[in-house]
Amino acid sequence: MRILTLAGRRLAASIPTLLLILIGIFLLLQFAPGDTVDAMMAQMGGGDAKLAEELRRFYGLDLSTAERLGQYLWRLVRFDLGHSAIYGKPVASVIVERLPATLLLMVSALSFAFFAGIVFGVLAARDVNRWQDTLISTLGLIFYATPSFWFGLMAIVVFSVHLQWLPAGDFEDIGAGLTGFARTLDIARHLILPTLTLGLIYLAIYLRLMRGAMLEVLNLDFVRTARSKGLDETRVITRHVLRNALLPMVTLIGLQAGTMLGGSVVVESVFSLPGLGRLAYESVIQRDLNTLLGIVFVSALLVIVVNFIVDLLYARLDPRIAPEG
Amino acid sequence: MDFTRRSILMTSAAIAANVVDPFKAFAQETPRRGGVFGVHYGAEQRQLNPSLQASTGVYIIGGKIQEPLVDLDAKGQPVGVLAESWEAAPDGKTITFKLRKGVTWHDGQPFTSADVQFTAMEMWKKILNYGTTLQLFLTAVDTPDPHTAIFRYERPMPLNLLLRALPDLGYVSARHLYEGKGDIRNNPVNLAPVGTGPFKFVAYERGQHIIADRNPNYWRDNAPYLDRIIWRVITDRSAAAAQLEAGQLHYSPFSGLTISDMARLSQDKRFIVSTKGNEGNARTNTIEFNFRRKELADIRVRRAIAHALDIPFFIENFLGDFAKRGTGPIPSVSTDFYPADNGPQYPFDKALAVKLLDEAGYKPGAGGTRFSLRLTPAPWGEDISLFSTFIQQSLAQVGIKVDIVRVDGGGFLKSVYNDWDFDLATGWHQYRNDPAVSTTVWYRSGQPKGAPWTNQWDWKDEAIDKIIDDAATEVDPAKRKALYGEFVRKVNTELPIWTPIEQIFVTTISAKARNHSNTPRWGSSSWHDLWLAE
Repeated sequence: MRILTLAGRRLAASIPTLLLILIGIFLLLQFAPGDTVDAMMAQMGGGDAKLAEELRRFYGLDLSTAERLGQYLWRLVRFDLGHSAIYGKPVASVIVERLPATLLLMVSALSFAFFAGIVFGVLAARDVNRWQDTLISTLGLIFYATPSFWFGLMAIVVFSVHLQWLPAGDFEDIGAGLTGFARTLDIARHLILPTLTLGLIYLAIYLRLMRGAMLEVLNLDFVRTARSKGLDETRVITRHVLRNALLPMVTLIGLQAGTMLGGSVVVESVFSLPGLGRLAYESVIQRDLNTLLGIVFVSALLVIVVNFIVDLLYARLDPRIAPEG
Repeated sequence: MDFTRRSILMTSAAIAANVVDPFKAFAQETPRRGGVFGVHYGAEQRQLNPSLQASTGVYIIGGKIQEPLVDLDAKGQPVGVLAESWEAAPDGKTITFKLRKGVTWHDGQPFTSADVQFTAMEMWKKILNYGTTLQLFLTAVDTPDPHTAIFRYERPMPLNLLLRALPDLGYVSARHLYEGKGDIRNNPVNLAPVGTGPFKFVAYERGQHIIADRNPNYWRDNAPYLDRIIWRVITDRSAAAAQLEAGQLHYSPFSGLTISDMARLSQDKRFIVSTKGNEGNARTNTIEFNFRRKELADIRVRRAIAHALDIPFFIENFLGDFAKRGTGPIPSVSTDFYPADNGPQYPFDKALAVKLLDEAGYKPGAGGTRFSLRLTPAPWGEDISLFSTFIQQSLAQVGIKVDIVRVDGGGFLKSVYNDWDFDLATGWHQYRNDPAVSTTVWYRSGQPKGAPWTNQWDWKDEAIDKIIDDAATEVDPAKRKALYGEFVRKVNTELPIWTPIEQIFVTTISAKARNHSNTPRWGSSSWHDLWLAE
């Protein structure tokens, strides 16, 4: 019950923020030269002025900015995200179609980065300043410095073109008509390279963070006490250190859920995945305001949900942080 | 740049060899039935019905499902598809089409002249880009019987012009799926097209793929050979090249890969990289001058700019064999209209450029700068981006400072064609088989503000306006050709737009494909005879 109240309060508090974000994006996009009809004309390869005028009326672009913003907010109040000019169907259904790919990619990349980050971070901290630490830290630096589009393309060249182990793109095998478990496996196979590509940068961050947190906790008094009690090193790390070192990691997850959407634009383009990131990019290029605002709305919701879960995790990891606090 | 240059130059010979060889070598083989053909689809469109939108992005899909009245054959001559024959009245105001019998739509309904009438009056005349201009004077389409469609025009319509425009602007839609079903633009059929073509629409997953399967009741005997076509949506050019190499794709049309990837794959035996089959999709790189700038209104300045650019150097170093020197608004692949004499050309001559600028009264000021200009490059294609930098650097040499203003597609159209907010613009002009379809509007004065790809440069020449108007209604083909020759010479003399480079789109296709690239607009055509060898 306490959690539900908290959830309700959180949600209520985030509504004004959400509104400000939406109005901000709406106004920002007014500064971009050209509207959806210009973008459409560019795509068609030409047309006459009468046609352009007619299309502007059709998409309601002949109204003033204030009128359009008013209309948009009024629709939003009624839970209507509007109609997409590129896709010719409601924005809500366009987003629902794209959401699974992005969510899958984000969840798999984040969990890969998180767990691999923990493992490598612990290993590096345990053998600090020895060759294991140097190797892991150097690798982390390389992962961090490599642009993800380059890494993605190289992964395709090596694993798809030369070795032919993994598919070079797409979300699943189109022609195969797989169902059930076989389809799940197929999608998982298609997600390996994108997950690695998107996850490696985050892995590098988590690894460094984990290593630092571990080193810090390892020097605290209670660890010395644990050791002097005669516990072996593995037990000290798993029982006493890890739990305390995890807190900053969990904080970061909450922050990164939002930035990941940005990273997924690149990964989705390189691997031709039908996700929200690419949809957002497309809708900027096509000046499809409704779709873009819809995506902003949905991703803001996502961030709010993730942060809420992070708050709950905090309480679990460190009982001193109560949900009310 | 050295790397690019070398790799392109080294492949020149390979490309030349490819063009001659593979198309003949397999002529003896028996076509194989079956197979799935994977196509690279770079930019998704809002809808897929080519009766409503004239663009290669729509033809590449819709052109396999729907059919035009007329297409072009291997020699570039009009050949009947849904129309079997045609005849024009001597005054040019009536054109009669005899339609093919026994053709059915994919939903089983018969194809009749009522479909042609509806499509022409409601789609081509009212909605289709370029169609609205082409069919401006179309007053009615009579249908005396189910297989005859008589087009009636208020002013003479040259038969030649109509036949060269119809392959792109003559796709027919099914009347029974549109009439009385609300707004044509919003009809869901536009995203699940129904046609008479060799392939039937199956599915469209936005952002992923479009699928079409063989039409078992297609009117051509034994066609098509392929079981299925899958268009894969791949926006990243390098990723598309990788998918070709991984065998997930067979074909990347319309220069869809990066210049360096095309050069690399042209040396790979598994692929054919060539411009063949795209002759109907010729384009020129252009420089548009805004005449509202007093410097640019001076013909000496425009000529100086042309003389200041070393075009052969640019082509050799940046575009390789995929491009050549342009000669005027009508590209050399246009067998029907390319004039014997194109009028003045502007070879690279820096000294002459300097002399012309001095004569015009623009002496170098502080730091050697005479005046500055803003250049707005169109965002389609690497070549335009490279060319804009080349213009900037070349003009700096003769004392003109150029600031490049980069914007995306919507922004480009708005600043150039709506707001007139540019000094120089550079982009492509796509030639559509007849100058009257989309070329002359770049030069005809009096275009409404905001119409993309029309004369928005504030340039006006009454003599040229008259030639354009006369040629558009001239019924005699020889006289039309002569008029357009005069048009080109006058344009090259006055230089409202300079067309220094001529290009044809590049096809990258699997060497297993047969019967491909065999017409001048092959990428847009129906692929009824395309097959894949084992």
